Amino acid sequence: MHLFNTRKIVVALCFFLSSLPFAKAQEMNSLVAKVKAKLDLVNDYTAEGKMKTDVAFIKAPIGRVKVFYKRPNKFKLQRDGGISILPKGGISINIGSMIMSDGFLAIDAGETVVANTKTRIVKLLPNADNSEIILSTLYIDEANLLIMKSVTTTRASGTYEMELSYGQFAKYGLPDKVLFSFNAKDYKLPKGITLEFEDTDQATKNRLKGKKGRVEITYTAYSINKGIADAVFN
Amino acid sequence: MWTYLQVELYKIFRRPRTYLSFVAITALIGVIQLGLLVDGKEYTEFVMADFANTFSVDGKILNGYFICYIILQLLLVHVPLLIALIAADMISGEANMGTLRILLTKPQSRTAIVTAKFLAAAIYTLLLLIWIAVLGLFVSMAIFGTDDLFIMKSSYVVIVKESDIFWRYAGAFCFAALAMLTVSSLGFFLSFFAENSIGPIVATMSVIIVFTILSTMNIPIFNIIKPYLFTSHMITWKEFFDFKVNDANEAMVGSIQYPEKIIKSALVLIIHIIGFAGASILLFRKKDILS
Repeated sequence: MHLFNTRKIVVALCFFLSSLPFAKAQEMNSLVAKVKAKLDLVNDYTAEGKMKTDVAFIKAPIGRVKVFYKRPNKFKLQRDGGISILPKGGISINIGSMIMSDGFLAIDAGETVVANTKTRIVKLLPNADNSEIILSTLYIDEANLLIMKSVTTTRASGTYEMELSYGQFAKYGLPDKVLFSFNAKDYKLPKGITLEFEDTDQATKNRLKGKKGRVEITYTAYSINKGIADAVFN
Repeated sequence: MWTYLQVELYKIFRRPRTYLSFVAITALIGVIQLGLLVDGKEYTEFVMADFANTFSVDGKILNGYFICYIILQLLLVHVPLLIALIAADMISGEANMGTLRILLTKPQSRTAIVTAKFLAAAIYTLLLLIWIAVLGLFVSMAIFGTDDLFIMKSSYVVIVKESDIFWRYAGAFCFAALAMLTVSSLGFFLSFFAENSIGPIVATMSVIIVFTILSTMNIPIFNIIKPYLFTSHMITWKEFFDFKVNDANEAMVGSIQYPEKIIKSALVLIIHIIGFAGASILLFRKKDILS
């Protein structure tokens, strides 16, 4: 009788332990869903801000930008009357693009601190084999349901990293500042095309060597849920 | 000397050859503008093919400022020929026609006469450059509009803010004026050594072509002599379109990356101009005029 009870306890324990990862996954799915629900409060927004492009081989002035977003995935960033350079690859610099809309598996990867905030690390794996995003890691502030950082690995365009800081629009999950990092390939153009015949000096060559590219957008004003025509995104 | 300058200018602008240069410039710039107006998109896509693999560029790249930059790059290599047509003819042309002796019978010093001739050639050169500025910059701005200036250098890309461009063009054209005056003074100097125009014109162009080739070839042995060739300094106008960045890679609007390069090259060109013009005056004062 005693042996029978022990067996029952062991089997129950095994069941409990084996179901823990699923419970965790459910918990992470629920956390991601909550974050997404918070972001879904925003149907559309227009934001103004300043964009700084920090790529070793690009010299660009800080420019004013205007950003348009419309749910589910319409996003446009335009420079106020100038030329803007953005890293190519399916991901636009917006928060909505960081969370896969559906068909993903969320895995708990522990906790860490990002910008003095305790965050939960959640790895999102797409269910589809041919998804453009291979892996997305989110660092979520569980208390405020805010994404503090994301690292996204894509099939075609390498790995991108986004760090976000929040201010007065945190209740909508919209950041005041987005720092977008990516691996910039080396750039070289034949002198025959540029019609430049002088060699680049050593100081410039050193400056251009292996540095990560960064685009920093500081938002100064948001206009939320005021409605945006689809034509804006054409 | 003012009267002599007027006379020399009258002689220059009486010749059809003078207007040929203006027509040639108009045609060259017109062809470039037409080509870029029709197929400019393909041109920018070709130039930016490598860059566009990694980045998407949003904005009006093909604008008037960009077109003018292309025009200056192309034309400042070819304009010396048009300048040599006039400058290298200033003395040799008169020697060929036999009017030099008659000219010297006038009650004026040889220095005043040769200085007036040099100044007339310089004015022609500057007018040609102003014409390039009018067509290359202002007409391009009217046709293609304006925006930031996107320049692709061999190792990096520069985007100059629209509000920060115009003074750079003013500086670039002033520098180009020095470069073209150097060509003009070289042609003027060489025109003392022949009694027909063809020789000095061809000699001036030969010097420019040989020096330009030596300046552009990236071969170690030539690199030693490059700093001593005035053609190496003629392309320094491009330095106006490169600015400084701070440690955070933020552009310092209104700055120039290497102002010392511009000053050095300008000094080299000024020394050449003074050298050629001074030598011409000295030669003319001592020259035994036989024609």
